Amino acid sequence: MEKSSNTPILEARNLHVERAGVTLLDVPDLVINEGEVLSIIGPNGAGKTTLLQTLCYLMKPTQGEVFFRGVKVGFQLPPFEYRKRLTMVFQEPLLFDTTVFNNVASGLKFRKLKGMEIGKIVIENLELLGIAHLKDRSARTLSGGEAQRTSLARAFAIRPEILFLDEPFAALDPPTRESLMEDLEHVLKKANTTTIFATHDRMEALRLSNRIAVMKGGMIHQIGSPMEIVNHPVSEFVASFIGIETILSGRVVTKGAGTFIASISGHNIEAIGDARVGENVMCFIRPESVVISLDSARGLTSERNVFSGTVEKIIPVGPYYKIHIDCGFPLAAYITNDSCRDLSLEVGKKIKASFKATAVRIIGKNKGISKDRE
Amino acid sequence: MKKISSMLAIFVALFVVLSIPFPAFAQQKNIILATTTSTQDTGLLDVLIPIFEKKTGYFVKTIAVGSGQAMAMGQKGEADILLVHSPEAEQKFVAEGYGVNRRLVMHNDFIVVGPPADPAKVRGMKSAVEVFKKIASSNSLFISRGDNSGTHVKEKAIWKAANIKYEGEKWYQQTGLGMGQTLNVASEKRAYTLADRGTYLALKKRLDLDILAEGDAILLNIYHVIEVNPAKFPKVNAAGAKAFADFMVSRETQEIIRTFGVDKYGSPLFFPDAGKRVENLGK
Amino acid sequence: MELLFEGIKKAFYLLFTLDSEVMGITLLSLNVSGIATFISLFIGVSIGTVVALSKFPGRKIVVSLINTGMGLPPVVVGLFVTIFLWRSGPFGFLGLLYTPTAMIIAQSVIATPIVMGITLAAMQQLPKKLRLQILALGATRLQMVWTLIKEARLPLLAAIMAGFGGVISEIGASIMVGGNIKGYSRVLTTATVMETGKGNFDIAIALSIILLALAYLINLILTYVQQRERPR
Repeated sequence: MEKSSNTPILEARNLHVERAGVTLLDVPDLVINEGEVLSIIGPNGAGKTTLLQTLCYLMKPTQGEVFFRGVKVGFQLPPFEYRKRLTMVFQEPLLFDTTVFNNVASGLKFRKLKGMEIGKIVIENLELLGIAHLKDRSARTLSGGEAQRTSLARAFAIRPEILFLDEPFAALDPPTRESLMEDLEHVLKKANTTTIFATHDRMEALRLSNRIAVMKGGMIHQIGSPMEIVNHPVSEFVASFIGIETILSGRVVTKGAGTFIASISGHNIEAIGDARVGENVMCFIRPESVVISLDSARGLTSERNVFSGTVEKIIPVGPYYKIHIDCGFPLAAYITNDSCRDLSLEVGKKIKASFKATAVRIIGKNKGISKDRE
Repeated sequence: MKKISSMLAIFVALFVVLSIPFPAFAQQKNIILATTTSTQDTGLLDVLIPIFEKKTGYFVKTIAVGSGQAMAMGQKGEADILLVHSPEAEQKFVAEGYGVNRRLVMHNDFIVVGPPADPAKVRGMKSAVEVFKKIASSNSLFISRGDNSGTHVKEKAIWKAANIKYEGEKWYQQTGLGMGQTLNVASEKRAYTLADRGTYLALKKRLDLDILAEGDAILLNIYHVIEVNPAKFPKVNAAGAKAFADFMVSRETQEIIRTFGVDKYGSPLFFPDAGKRVENLGK
Repeated sequence: MELLFEGIKKAFYLLFTLDSEVMGITLLSLNVSGIATFISLFIGVSIGTVVALSKFPGRKIVVSLINTGMGLPPVVVGLFVTIFLWRSGPFGFLGLLYTPTAMIIAQSVIATPIVMGITLAAMQQLPKKLRLQILALGATRLQMVWTLIKEARLPLLAAIMAGFGGVISEIGASIMVGGNIKGYSRVLTTATVMETGKGNFDIAIALSIILLALAYLINLILTYVQQRERPR
C-alpha cells in the first residue's frame, strides 16, 4: 500500500493464445502497476505459465498487445530489448553448468557489463540471498534450496523492472520453502520490484501480494486485493479455490507472553504469536476450527474467542454445510449436516461462534497489503 | 566476448594450417598417372618419378590400380597418361580414340606360382595352357585377381585357350585385390596364382610360393605408355603426359629399368624394350 | 608372433629416428583428419543446433536423415566425392581430385553427420525451459545459442572424439579421393594397406601402432578434459 503506485508499468490488452485450435489464454485486460506484487493463482493447467510467458514475450500471443510503460512490445519495442528489462525465475532453478558466481553473472554478461562491475553486483546479490559462501561452487553440486537461491540472485542481479516468478518454490521441501519465502519477502520489499508471481499455493499468494488474480481455463476469474478475493469471491470456483477462509485485517492492541490481542473492527481476537503493538496484521481463521453453538448454550471454556452473530447464509458442501456468520466481522464455519439439523440453523438465527487462539493464523501486514475497501 | 574472439583466433590458425599442405594448384604442373599395382608394388615408380619430377618440374600423381581401372580412368579423361600391361585392351582403347601415341616401355613375364608341395604336379611344365588344365582337373585352389587388371586379363586369356570353364567352380576364387595382396592370399591358402615376376620377386621373402611354370610365350607381360587423347578430353595435361611418356622411353630411364632390382633380388624385375617391336620380345 | 615383435621394433625405430616419410604420413593424417573434424564440427554443430532448436514441417525426416548419416559408409562418400570432383564432374574445374583437400572434403562429409547427430541429441537433452530462461535473462538469439552450446559442451566433446576417431581410421574414401600418392596424399590408413599389399608387414604394423597411439592420445586428452569437468 505504501509502495505500490498507480502508474501502470505493464498493460495487456486482448491477450489471446491459441495452440492447435485450443485456447490457452484469454485475457481481455490486465494492468500491472509499478511496484506492486501481483500473484496469479489457479490450479495446474489454469494458464498461469502461459500468461507469464506471454507477458514477457517468451511466447508470442496469437492475438493482442502488451504495453510496457505505454510502449507496445514487438512494435516500437523489440521483444529482445523488452526482455532485457525484466526477468523470470522458473520452478526449476535452470542453472548453467558453471560456478555459482558465473551463474549470477550471466545476465550481466549478456548485457556486456565490465568485469569489475559484474563482480561487484554479483557479490551484492549473493549476499542478499545469503549464498556468498557458495560463489565458487559448481552449480551442479548445490542443494535444491541453494540452487533456487542462486537462480533468484541471478534474476535480481539484472535489476529487472519487472520480475516474473513462475512457481519458484513448488519443487522445494517445506522448511526450505519457508526460509526462502522469508528472504524473498525481505528482498522484494527492499528492492520494491514490480513482481508477477504465479503459484498454486494460496498462502504464498496471500503473504506476498498486493493483488491476486485467480485463473482457470486460461481466463482470469477475479482480480483484486487479498481481502476482496477471500471475502467476496465472485464465483464458486474462486471461493473453493481460495479455500473459503475467513480473512480479517486488524491492528495489534495488547501483547502478552506468546499471545496478543488484535482488534478487528472493534472486536478483540486473541491469537498465538509474536507481534508488536500497533502492527497491522491479517488473521486467517480456518472454517473447520470454528464451532457454532446456540446462543443459549453456556460454559464453553477452552475457546478464548467467543462471538455472538447472525447466520447470513447456509451453503451445502457435500456432507457439510458452510455457514456464513456476521459477528460484526465476517466469519465462515463448517458444520456437519447432522449438527446443522440439531441446531436447526436458518438464516437470521442468532448463534455463538467460537474458536481457539491457536486456530488463528497471523501474517504480518507491514509488507503492505492494500487497504480493505470495506 | 573474449571466448568468441579466441574461437576466431583458432579459426584463423586452422585456415592457415589448411593452406600449407596444398601448394597453389598449378594445374598444368600436375600429371595424373594411372598405372598398375605392379609398378608401384615393385618400387620402380618410387625410383623413376622423383627423377622425372626433378628434371621437369612436373608433379606426378600416381594412382595405382589395375590396368582395367586405369584404362577406365583414361576413358573418362580422368588421367593424363597410362602405364599399363593389357595389350589387347590397350589396342582397343587406342582404336576407340581414347589414347594416342602408345609406346612400348618394358616387359617382364608372368609366372605361375603355387605351394612348394605342388599338389597339381605342374612344376617344370612348359605350356601355361597345360598347367592351367592340370590345376583345374586336380581341383587345386587357384586365386585370381578378379580386378580386370592386366594380370587378370592375361589369366582369363589362358583359361580361354585351355577351354576351361572356371567361373563358379569351387577351386577358383577371386580376391579383387592388387597383385601383392593376391600373392599373400595365395600363400596363406596354399593356392596357385598367376603373378607378374616383378611383384613376386619383390615379395618373395614373405611368401611361401614357388615359381612352378615360366617361359611360355603366352606369359609375356608387356608395359606400354599411352597418352590420353587431348583432342577428346581438352582438360588433359597433354604436354605433361608427353613429357612423362618421353621420359619413360628415354635412354637413361631405360638404363635404370635394366638395373632396377638387381642389387636386391639378384636379377632384374623388368626388361627395357623402348623402340623394339612386340613380336620380337622374349626371343 | 615374430612378425608382430619385429613390427613393434620397427615402429619404435621409425618413431625414434623420426623417419621423415613416416613423420610426413603421420602429420598429413593429423592435418587432414584434424581439419576435417574441425570443419564438421563447425557445420555439424551449427546445423545440429538449428535443427534441435527449431520447429518446421518435415523436421522428423531431417532428424532421421541425420541419424542415418551418422553411419555413412566411407566408400560411398568416397565414390560420390570422386564423381563430383572428376574433371568431367560438376566441380572438376577445381582440380581437387587426388589432393589432400579432396580427402578433407570426403572426411568432412563423413564426420559432419556424426557431429550433427550427437549435437542434436545433446541439445534435445537440455531442459526445454533452459532456452526460455536464457532469453529471460536478456540474451540475444546468438547469445542464447552460444550459451546452449556451452551447456552441451561435454557431449560435444564426445562428438569431436567420435568424428575424429571416425575419419582418422577411415580408408575407403581417403584412398579413392586421395589416391595414396607418395609424399602427397598418403595417410596412415592408406599407407598401411599398401605396405600390407607389398608384404612389408613390419612397416604396416608400425603404421598401425602409430595410428592407434594417435587415436588413443587424442581421446586421452579429450577424456581428461571431460573428466575434469565432472562434479566431484
